[in-house]
Amino acid sequence: MIGICIYGRGGQGGVTLAELVAHAAIAEGKHAQSMPSFGPERRGAPVLAFLRVNERERIKIRAEIAEPDVLVVLDPGLLHVGDVVSRLKKDGTAVVNTKRAHDEMKSKLDVVSKLATVDAMRIANKVLGLPIVNTTMIGALIKATGIVKLESLEEPMEERFGKVAMKNIETMRKAYDETVVS
Amino acid sequence: MTKGKIVGLEGSFAVAEAVRMANADVISAYPITPQTHIVERLAEMVADGELDAEFICVESEHSAMSACVGASAAGARVFTCSAGQGLELMHEVLYIPSSMRLPVVAVVANRALSAPLSVWCDHSDAMAIRDIGWIQMFAENNQQAFDLTVCAYRVAEDKEVLFPAMVHLDGFYLSHVIEDMVMPDEEEVVGFIPEYEHPFVLDPDRPVSMGCYGPPFIYSETKKAQEVAFENTKSKILETWKEFGDVFGRHYSPVEKYRMEDARIALLTMGSSGETAMLAVEELREEGKDVGLISLRLWRPFPFKEFRDAVKDVELLVVLDRAISSGMGGPVCSEVKSALYDKRKDLNIVGFIGGLGGRDIPVKGFKYMVNRALEKVKAIERGEEIETEMIGIRE
Repeated sequence: MIGICIYGRGGQGGVTLAELVAHAAIAEGKHAQSMPSFGPERRGAPVLAFLRVNERERIKIRAEIAEPDVLVVLDPGLLHVGDVVSRLKKDGTAVVNTKRAHDEMKSKLDVVSKLATVDAMRIANKVLGLPIVNTTMIGALIKATGIVKLESLEEPMEERFGKVAMKNIETMRKAYDETVVS
Repeated sequence: MTKGKIVGLEGSFAVAEAVRMANADVISAYPITPQTHIVERLAEMVADGELDAEFICVESEHSAMSACVGASAAGARVFTCSAGQGLELMHEVLYIPSSMRLPVVAVVANRALSAPLSVWCDHSDAMAIRDIGWIQMFAENNQQAFDLTVCAYRVAEDKEVLFPAMVHLDGFYLSHVIEDMVMPDEEEVVGFIPEYEHPFVLDPDRPVSMGCYGPPFIYSETKKAQEVAFENTKSKILETWKEFGDVFGRHYSPVEKYRMEDARIALLTMGSSGETAMLAVEELREEGKDVGLISLRLWRPFPFKEFRDAVKDVELLVVLDRAISSGMGGPVCSEVKSALYDKRKDLNIVGFIGGLGGRDIPVKGFKYMVNRALEKVKAIERGEEIETEMIGIRE
């Protein structure tokens, strides 16, 4: 089972990210569970969402993910709020939205064994015309982990976003192409 | 044998889907976190014509239940849902359908009670209404939330039952969780819930009086009749779950048992923490402890016989309460003790209170309870009094 924590700010769509990927995984025949972090829904406040995917078994646990295998950071400013990175498992993966160069982030986050970076804000602004990076970051998450197939997100996004689904699929695919992993 | 389609669905939407398939005639509810997604989804279904129901918008939960009472008395199949403070505001009216024998079906997304203000999960709201005469069932996952809502209609509306029924799903832990579940074919669900026909409805052509004045010469008799009828609902609940299992392949019992065959220690939970506790049972088994899990599915009417059977070979019962009965300890624990009073003097019962106001209980929390209870047994054997411990408290 893979446990993923999505760390973002209220309004960035972290909960939606977890839900969309859960739907995609379930459509692929996997077991999945998305769970919000039960925080007050205030725009701008740090928000944590949880996602579990298990290829083989039903997911029984219903509790927060204390030590994630993967950490998705929607807002780079949050790397300095709380102690999110230290919760990551030793061999875990961090997927970070950042303007900075990959190598610069790699040396900054030297405790992280596998790092994926992408300038999701630039891509989202360009493709969606909005500074909301959740669907963009799904592309980075998939590049870093292969947790689901890119095309499995198409149906959940169409269901969720209707007319603007195509742009969200485009921004996800663009981020997938641009994400650097090492 | 599990028929249907695998879907990913939020617990709230699963409940709404069950109500849609049950083809409810009248829905009246007031939104409150964490139940809001249920009422929003149903409002959407009615607006989009997916569900041919009357959606009565009201100004409070008190009115929501009042509208349900009136509609049910007129012979409609009804639905409402609430949580926490909302259920408390509904409290006064909750007594009416149980004493007037109106099969209102309600779903509660369990939530803590103020103060301090908390929208998060515990069982304070569920426990505050335990004496009202509603059938109360607890779901452990979204599949069960759907299945139990379907069963609630069939049970409540059975002519030999005619009591309101409530399905409890834990706020956020189920109401806001998307997970995979089996969505049965609509036709089969429709076929499982018979047409509703109350024998005594409000009808100008066949006048009846409901909710009459009950002076001292008759009040006790009506309460006796209500109580006898309520206790008799259990056989119909069992029958419905049996038939549900035959049709849909998922079997429910008033007291669910997990690895209890050879257990000497039993952990008891209700609601969404059940499956997390199963993982703790597995880990404790690996450590050589004979632990099993009991999950109370049916809270009212209390399943005395099934509960006593479940613990007959147990030496230590560890009870988790997600609510406080102030000045008394945990409500489930005290209920369980009274169910066993005079029957099992050899059984040690250790109660814990935890998971209040959304405090997470991870696997290690359940392991802690079992290990701590084993220590407390030694104190009991020394003749010491033990107190209900609240777990995970920072002091």
